Amino acid sequence: MISLAIFGIENSGVLAITALLTGVALVALAMWIAGLISPRSFNPQKGEAYECGIPTRGESMSQFHVGYYLFAILFLMFDVETVFLFPWAVRMQELGTNGILSIAVFFGVLVLGLVYAWKKGALEWK
Amino acid sequence: MENVQYPHIFDFSRITGPIHDWLMGFLPAWLTTTVECVAVGVGLLLVYALLALFYIYFERKVCAAFQCRVGPNRVGPWGLLQSFADMFKILIKELIQLNHIDKFLFALAPYLVIIASMMCFAVLPWGDGLQIIDFNIGIFFLIACSSIGVLGILLAGWSSNNKFTLIGALRSGAQMVSYELSIGLCVVTMVCLAGSMSVTDIVMAQADTWFIIKGHVAALIAFVIYMIAGTAETNRGPFDLPEAESELTAGYHTEYSGIHFGFFYLAEYLNLFIVSGVATLLFFGGWMPLHIPGWDGFNTVMDYIPTPIWFIGKAILLSYIIIWFKWTFPRLRIDQLLSLEWKYLLPINLFNLALMVCIITFHWTL
Repeated sequence: MISLAIFGIENSGVLAITALLTGVALVALAMWIAGLISPRSFNPQKGEAYECGIPTRGESMSQFHVGYYLFAILFLMFDVETVFLFPWAVRMQELGTNGILSIAVFFGVLVLGLVYAWKKGALEWK
Repeated sequence: MENVQYPHIFDFSRITGPIHDWLMGFLPAWLTTTVECVAVGVGLLLVYALLALFYIYFERKVCAAFQCRVGPNRVGPWGLLQSFADMFKILIKELIQLNHIDKFLFALAPYLVIIASMMCFAVLPWGDGLQIIDFNIGIFFLIACSSIGVLGILLAGWSSNNKFTLIGALRSGAQMVSYELSIGLCVVTMVCLAGSMSVTDIVMAQADTWFIIKGHVAALIAFVIYMIAGTAETNRGPFDLPEAESELTAGYHTEYSGIHFGFFYLAEYLNLFIVSGVATLLFFGGWMPLHIPGWDGFNTVMDYIPTPIWFIGKAILLSYIIIWFKWTFPRLRIDQLLSLEWKYLLPINLFNLALMVCIITFHWTL
């Protein structure tokens, strides 16, 4: 088996940390350069919320639609179930019929959940 | 999985291998790894920045073409230096001090967005011997990293303490998490076919036939769903509700100025590349050259084109399709957006996964 990894580094964790630090470095570097060359001027109007020109009225943290929460909860359920599908998907060809049957039960529950949410009207945006 | 003898003409370990041996000659092992990691980091940074600049130019030119305009053509030959000019302009803009924000979270948000895209960027199969992060759960790691980006956007909107940004962030959160589900299920479908989550294994499994041909019907459905979900995931038109200009000024990044805004802009373009790159990896063979069975001469010629060119070329072609979407479909409403995902894409996706299982079990693969 030929190693396709760069420099033949076996431990990809090191490279994942490298990528993370590269991201941090990019932002920090650009912010530093911008801090050096960008102009600065103070004006009390500049510090206000960007809305329509007149001072903001009321709380910025206004009420919002409850639907966002509903979809977030639904997402949580389905995303966790997708995570459980991954290990099976990798071994699917080796596990054969037994694996398919057991995942079919799991899958059925997943579909039932979706049907239930649908019938309950959780997918409607009212 | 058949054991295909891939020629490895452009195996980059022939270049990196001697460098590694040379460094090992006079440095201890840990220092060698450090030097190599720094080299990889610098390389990543350069490719990241250059691709972002290219994408800004590319999108402006393509948009111009769709609207029968010329597009940028003043700065440099054919306007090629336009995005460099844009970059310098954004760097010299003032970073406005705001007095109503949550300062720590406000500063943290761009870091999260950029880190998420950089980590995904490093997982992509850049070429033969150029695989950077090569976990055996590579594609899963990529999905996990891409969901950090949602956190960045939510934080940006929430910490700005502005009505526009709050609504923009909520819309973006609802949209991105919903469509992440579709992306996840498409990936599961293709992982079934590949039998591995490792990026290199997925690429090597496509040495003789790309998955879009091998998985035919199921792969095609997965590809279409992936492209729709990917467009939504990158917040691009017709799914650009989080920053719908006519409703929310600029959505979640309304309060960001100068280079601070530039990071979101950068990440958006890079996410476009990453989404196309993952589609290339899952459906179009990653860096594998185009092979047509029986055309041996043609296949040999194709093998002589360097693998990174294959990967980036395919990804740019797919990005072109995503940019095309923007000029073809009108923007959706939030309820239409969510019902498209939950009532159409998700059930089709679940059905498609079952179809893929049938195709593999009964050996209907091409």
